[in-house]
Amino acid sequence: MDSFRKNLLGLAALMALLAVAPLLLGNDYYLTVLTLSAINAIIVVGLNLLLGHAGQISLGHGAFYGLAAYTSAILTATLGLPVFLGGLAGVLCAGVVALAIGIPTLKLHGHYLAMATLGFGLIVYIVFNEAVGLTGGPSGFTGIPRLSLAGMELTSDLGYYYLCAGCLGLVILVALNLIDSRTGRALRALHTSEKAAQAVGVDIARYKLAVFVLSALYAGLAGVLYAHYLTFIAPASFGFLYSVELIVMVVLGGMSSIFGSVAGAFFLTALPEFLRAFENIEILLFGAILIVCMIFLPEGLAGGVRAVRARLFRRAKGAGDA
Amino acid sequence: MNISSLLQYLISGLTTGSTYGLAALGFTIIFNSTGIINFAQGEFVMLGGMFSVFFMKWFGLPIAWAVLLAALATMIAGALIERLAIRPVKGASPINLVIVTIGVSIFIRGLAMLVWGKDTYALPAFSGDKPIAVLGAAMMPQSLWVLGVSLAMLAALKAFFSHTIQGKAMLACSFDRKAASLMGIGVERMVLLSFMISALIGAVGGAILAPITLTSFDVGVLLGLKGFAACILGGLGNPFGAALGGLVLGVLESLGAGYLSSAYKDAFAFILLLALLFVRPQGLFGRKSVKRV
Repeated sequence: MDSFRKNLLGLAALMALLAVAPLLLGNDYYLTVLTLSAINAIIVVGLNLLLGHAGQISLGHGAFYGLAAYTSAILTATLGLPVFLGGLAGVLCAGVVALAIGIPTLKLHGHYLAMATLGFGLIVYIVFNEAVGLTGGPSGFTGIPRLSLAGMELTSDLGYYYLCAGCLGLVILVALNLIDSRTGRALRALHTSEKAAQAVGVDIARYKLAVFVLSALYAGLAGVLYAHYLTFIAPASFGFLYSVELIVMVVLGGMSSIFGSVAGAFFLTALPEFLRAFENIEILLFGAILIVCMIFLPEGLAGGVRAVRARLFRRAKGAGDA
Repeated sequence: MNISSLLQYLISGLTTGSTYGLAALGFTIIFNSTGIINFAQGEFVMLGGMFSVFFMKWFGLPIAWAVLLAALATMIAGALIERLAIRPVKGASPINLVIVTIGVSIFIRGLAMLVWGKDTYALPAFSGDKPIAVLGAAMMPQSLWVLGVSLAMLAALKAFFSHTIQGKAMLACSFDRKAASLMGIGVERMVLLSFMISALIGAVGGAILAPITLTSFDVGVLLGLKGFAACILGGLGNPFGAALGGLVLGVLESLGAGYLSSAYKDAFAFILLLALLFVRPQGLFGRKSVKRV
């Protein structure tokens, strides 16, 4: 069975798990955690493509997420546009801005994208805080309408959770398809050797740019889902620390495995709910995870699981031979 | 536009610009010896300021000793970072190295928050805060300290790189690591040394700026980013371009805050960075590099 088929099976299993999860956790509070996890996982799938497949790092995905959330909030709550249009505009806005940042930086060698997105994230954060007339400033933006489809407002939390889980499934499907396509092969080639890839005619900058924009679109989709779920947004949710948290989710789960990253997203979103002292050690913990993973588990938990499995199989086989 | 307010902006721009320049120097030294862009550079600047404040508070030291000790402590932190986080991932892909330095930066920030809390602290000015009048503009004595110390650091570095055997060895590593290693230079030791020097420079920058801009556990990100923008302005890899880039950036930022908008002061550095990457990625003072395969 090829790896694409295997991944599709994995996706089906994941969707089944997500479908029964709310039935097992019969509690409104856990449903909120699940919904937010699914929203985070959408961004993380995009970041996984960027980090693990295009070999670039973005420290500004919190900003794309926020940009889409605010765009949609302003268009729907302030200007009264239908949520569908506002949401679409929000997602597109994230994509267009990513294009504008990606074009100059991805042409260059080295990690200019990391610094550029770090700066971009800080600026967007400043704007969210300072443009009080538009965004409500540090105290936040209230009164965002709930999502409605064809005149029917989606009021039930369970319904919204299934919408987010469905979006996550779709986003993963697109990502798996991309990895299995010509683009995916090009990305793998440039990950192995940029020079060799270039020599056989892969337009490196274009592929990196495409993945970067796609990941920003994912972040935008998540931002729209977030804004219309909580109906309240504030700049603090979209700051530098959130962008780093997203990176931690990808790295912990495994840069080269989409499912690993998704698991990382669910784990780290749920963690603060179980760890009471979390708020004080959050930053420290993120830093420690990044360092320790890079030293001992560069492939993340997914890679660790793979390594353990390979070892067990080898041992079992060895025992059989003897 | 009157002359005295213009002068005022120039003075404050050159003062903060000196710190950006020092941060940029730190970036350059590590970049040259390892090819890594060290995302924790801004944390060195933060540590310099915070250590100074707390050495004064905890041990009742006079300010000169506190600053000296802070620089030393940050240098040790730099050495620890290299030994515990950078060396274990030696030879990893560039993306992993970047992630490690981001991890280090976040880790230091989290540690600083745990130990020192979220408050903002001030360091007293080195020699009083009675302003000196210069052509109608007021100049704080601390600004003179900042400019003087930065110049002294620059001169000391220049001397180090051109007159000592260690400095020349580091320079050799930055040209070609393999060739340097064949000449008997301990490349690993040079990398350690470059982290220590970067930490020292950053810490001194943080300590001399702390009386003017205050300091807290989270100033590192922005200072680091501006230091990087200064690097790009001066041409990445060129130490004196980096220092000059810092000054130019500081002045532009100060003028922007004065004449355009102070709320968006921090945005100028980034807009400049993006504009530069667009039109002149090799920096204002850098030459176009030719990459050979």
